[in-house]
Amino acid sequence: MSDRSTPPRPNLAMRRATRALKTLGFWALVVFVVLFSVFPFYYAILTSLESGSALFEVNYLPTSLDVSNYVSVLTKGPFPLNFLNSVLVAVAVVAISLFLAVTAAFALSRVRFRGRGLLLLTILSVSMFPQIAVLAGLFEMVRAFDLYNSLGSLILSYMIFTLPFTVWVLTTFMRDMPAELEEAAIVDGATPFQIVWKVFLPLLWPAMVTTGLLAFIQAWNEFLFALTFVASNETRTVPVAIAMLSGSSGQEVPWGEIMAASVVVTAPLVVMVLVFQRKIVAGLTAGGVKG
Amino acid sequence: MTDRAKDGGGPPAPRTPPGRSRLRAQRLRSAALFLLPMLAVLAFVAGWPLFRTIWFSLTDASLSDLPGAQWYGLKNYLEWFDYGDGDGEWFGLLASADWWNAVWNTVRFALVTVSVETVLGMAIALVLNQEFAGRGWVRAAVLIPWAIPTIVSARMWGWMLNDQFGVINDLGMTLGLIDRPVAWIASSDTAMIAVMLVDIWKTTPFMALLILAGLQMIPRDIYEAAKIDGVNPVKVFWKVTLPLVAPALIVATIFRGLDALRVFDIVYVLTPNNDETTTMSVLAYQNLFQFDKFAYGSAASTMLFLTIALITIGYIRVARLDLEGSGK
Repeated sequence: MSDRSTPPRPNLAMRRATRALKTLGFWALVVFVVLFSVFPFYYAILTSLESGSALFEVNYLPTSLDVSNYVSVLTKGPFPLNFLNSVLVAVAVVAISLFLAVTAAFALSRVRFRGRGLLLLTILSVSMFPQIAVLAGLFEMVRAFDLYNSLGSLILSYMIFTLPFTVWVLTTFMRDMPAELEEAAIVDGATPFQIVWKVFLPLLWPAMVTTGLLAFIQAWNEFLFALTFVASNETRTVPVAIAMLSGSSGQEVPWGEIMAASVVVTAPLVVMVLVFQRKIVAGLTAGGVKG
Repeated sequence: MTDRAKDGGGPPAPRTPPGRSRLRAQRLRSAALFLLPMLAVLAFVAGWPLFRTIWFSLTDASLSDLPGAQWYGLKNYLEWFDYGDGDGEWFGLLASADWWNAVWNTVRFALVTVSVETVLGMAIALVLNQEFAGRGWVRAAVLIPWAIPTIVSARMWGWMLNDQFGVINDLGMTLGLIDRPVAWIASSDTAMIAVMLVDIWKTTPFMALLILAGLQMIPRDIYEAAKIDGVNPVKVFWKVTLPLVAPALIVATIFRGLDALRVFDIVYVLTPNNDETTTMSVLAYQNLFQFDKFAYGSAASTMLFLTIALITIGYIRVARLDLEGSGK
């Protein structure tokens, strides 16, 4: 192949044609990638705006703008409550993990002590735990503390994946900061807590936003614990509520409403992703942990 | 970091001025204080529950009577039941066909999805690594599947793969790929394909971004040099790009693989109660909370944990992770 790729006198027209073909192929690939990523969500929006028999005719472009699915999802049933529950749980989980992680990350990245590597390794391996491995033990604990069927059970259990993740990412961010930052503060007699609070925190905001966002998405999307520790319709979070949405007769699946609920749940995340995409990519690659 | 902080955690050197060692002691004390709450929470929500799960797997615990659990040895895992006439049978998790079916489903799922995601992710990363108008928008579009909750993607695809009204059957028939509608989710031949498809759609972007980060670390001059020398782009990919991006690729593959082994949400929502797709996590969950075999389900959870733990330890050994960040 390679010996033919540099003929002595390439025909100019030929070369132009191949270049045009290459560009065309490249853009075809780009279009395919975008369609592949976006189409299912687009189709969910289409479906959510249809009702009655229109629902059961396949179409690729919007044909109706019927908001009745949204109205019924947002007014009938516990869905608004479920949404509120999800917001509450995710915000609490993010706040607690960030608070615990900032100081821990300082200790792990700026202070040298014996066993630090092992400690980091342990924290990393906790984030690799299969959730199912702690499910039985957590279930016992949740019942023992009388947290069953309460949001507290979720805030507690979500720490298992948000905390290692935030500690890990913040440690990577803090490690790369120059030592001079601290030295001046140490000379001025600042305590380690003041160093974290006054020196690092103001510089860490971008990293905190990224990490908090990723932890928020993880908590928002979690399913297994939410399915196990919460039993009543009013206390559920949205992923479980959407998984459980089914028709009254049990035979007719309310696809329009399911898609409307799905769009409502996903829209905030999609907006976040579009706004913060650079930060998210940076956080994902720094954490390198999981989706 | 300053010199005094670099001299490790051993006893302070004799010549250190008293002020310095006092400072260092203070630093170590506050480090311990800073770490304690985080470690306590982790021990509380991860360590202790894991220990209890393993303990339950060695008892006869039932969902309705957890405190009354009695020691049962390894019988949840494997037990020889003697019929008394020299004949007998093996029982327990490791002798159960359902368990091995779940193991096979999980392994099959992990192998196929991770391979496809790696190849597709690489292709997307190569596209995104080019400079073109609207690249930021394409990258944002690629992130959308990643941000959509797994449950939502499972339901979205459940609707798209619907046998009567689904858009996939319509599309396939219009393009002439299939000649009659396929019951993707209900039929046992295609249920696993449907599950894999959803996972691939959802997770390829994550792979692509990790690989892209690796690609962007490769200095541009290498490509310039190859271009001037007139090296075939395919050759450049195999000889330059792939070896250089390999470390990032391996890390991404391992993390994805471990993630794929614990798959639960997609299977549970897209294809409930289907033997063809039941994975280890789903089987454990069913035994714990639906079949009232809490101890047996704990045994299944423990086995999955051990599998993942072994792979993780093996990986850490082989990769010798740079935890101190000193190799930079």
